[in-house]
Amino acid sequence: MSATLAESAAGGLNPLRQTKPRYGEKVIRGILFAAAAVSILTTFGIVISVLIPSLEFFAEIPLTEFLFTTTWTPLFANPQYGVLPLVMGTMVITIIAVAIAIPLGLGSAIYLSEYAKPKARKVLKPTLEVLAGIPTVVFGFFALEFITEFVLKPIFPQIDIFNALSAGIVMGIMIIPTIASLSEDAMAAVPAGLRDGAYALGATKRQVALRVVVPAALSGIVAAFVLGISRAIGETMIVTIAAGLQPNMTFNPLEGMQTMTSYIAAAGAGDVATGSIEYKSIFAVGLLLFVITFFMNMISIRLVRRYRQAYQ
Amino acid sequence: MTTTLIPPADPRQVDLAGKGQPLADKTFRWILFVCLAVGVVFLGVLLAYVTIKGWPRLTPTLWENMPSLRRPEQAGAQSAITGTLWVIGFTALFALPIGFLGAVYMEEYANPSSRFTRFVEINIQNLAAVPSIVYGILGLAIFARALALGQTVITAGLTLALLVLPVIIVSTREALRAVPQNIRHGSLALGATLWQTTWRQTMPAAVPGMATGTILALSRAIGEAAPLLLLGAVTFISFNPTGPFSAYTTLPIQIYNWTKESREEFQILASATIVLLLVILLAMNAVAILIRNRTQKRW
Repeated sequence: MSATLAESAAGGLNPLRQTKPRYGEKVIRGILFAAAAVSILTTFGIVISVLIPSLEFFAEIPLTEFLFTTTWTPLFANPQYGVLPLVMGTMVITIIAVAIAIPLGLGSAIYLSEYAKPKARKVLKPTLEVLAGIPTVVFGFFALEFITEFVLKPIFPQIDIFNALSAGIVMGIMIIPTIASLSEDAMAAVPAGLRDGAYALGATKRQVALRVVVPAALSGIVAAFVLGISRAIGETMIVTIAAGLQPNMTFNPLEGMQTMTSYIAAAGAGDVATGSIEYKSIFAVGLLLFVITFFMNMISIRLVRRYRQAYQ
Repeated sequence: MTTTLIPPADPRQVDLAGKGQPLADKTFRWILFVCLAVGVVFLGVLLAYVTIKGWPRLTPTLWENMPSLRRPEQAGAQSAITGTLWVIGFTALFALPIGFLGAVYMEEYANPSSRFTRFVEINIQNLAAVPSIVYGILGLAIFARALALGQTVITAGLTLALLVLPVIIVSTREALRAVPQNIRHGSLALGATLWQTTWRQTMPAAVPGMATGTILALSRAIGEAAPLLLLGAVTFISFNPTGPFSAYTTLPIQIYNWTKESREEFQILASATIVLLLVILLAMNAVAILIRNRTQKRW
């Protein structure tokens, strides 16, 4: 045995090193690389598919008119394309949703991370996951048929059948799991030493939660908020079903309003002729939506990286 | 005068938390609990409401009959059920291989500190948060119009595949990461190539995690409606799809269509279909949790 080793060593060959080139391995590596590259192609495809028709749209409608005028009437004989009413609708509903989801989501996260006993956690966490798994069309149905009808109508008799409030409330509940689970991850990453240190100084559980754990996990928590807001802005089915399809420049949540997403859904579901200005307007609104959510996602990704670096 | 300190039997049982301000602390704990309860109660009310409302229509006609606008009392959702199966079949066909292989590249092959890898990583994180309706725009512009696939099962399958790809990649990567390095090193030390190691050792060990991720991704695709609104699923379909280039409708879209009708019968029908959809999704979730609990390995 040692002779062979010596021989090959004398021949300048290390027996442990593979000598034949393996082309199969290279091919496989190439295939795997191509699969990973599909995600980049997807982003590229999204950008191309919203950008090109949008550019054609902005060749006909000036960008300033699109962004800064307040009438959105693409179906009228004299169509006007001021996107602000749609942005306003999105904003009002998002604000309602976030006002519900941020306190409830953060509260749930603190409870799960700092207070719940392991047994309770084992039941409560999957329940929240089930809430996250409910299709949005179901939430939309529930907002229109139950929340508006049996909860809001008795309180506000003058409320429209389609209204921003019911959509916002249900959307807020829908986002709770997103915010809760990401915030909880961030709190779980806070080293136990910080908590023990605070306890040793005589802090109560509430003080530890509010003054040690939450501040220490803040960048992760804010990332969760931002991601939640991004989801609210991009949510489509709830607003399409429950908030109505009438562009409405108002702050009154009891009225119906159209959002960016529900315009895209309504116009895209109709039979729009390819190449018409109305067809292109779908993409222009889509571009605006993509740009807004893209920036929010990037902020969120940055913040998550920051807390990961801090505690690893 | 001297007091002896008796050490506790189990030091971990000792509660270090201070006891000041008991009222404020108790209130705080209750407020937190209520926050969590809101979501849970909401879920309970929602499930109870759709079940009670849909109960009269939860009969075999729901899956035996086709949708009908004239006779809601006899309408069913068969074309939506078969349409969902077709679309999800194609989604899985496209998304699973690409997702698994892409994840293997990122986890086993790519240099984690290279600029390209980090770019792909951020890109996937962003794609996971892109609104689903934007994927609908992509499907409309590229698959339906540019590639002229039209508003068919295959367009829907491709679009939903791209939509769930980030979910599959992220969960597969987590599953691969959970496989200890020793297994890879052992295999490589015995002379296996990187692919042999990945294919025969790492991936089999990661199968349960990959399966869980797959089920969750597909259940998301089953419930997705927004992108399909742009891809022609809204048209009234009262036949089962016959192939990849057939027109189609799916369960969430059928629910949406019925929600738009004003007659009460359609709302009952929508509730019954929601119950059907939720039962399918909850069953899938239960299987995923079962796999996770059964196969949780401690290395």
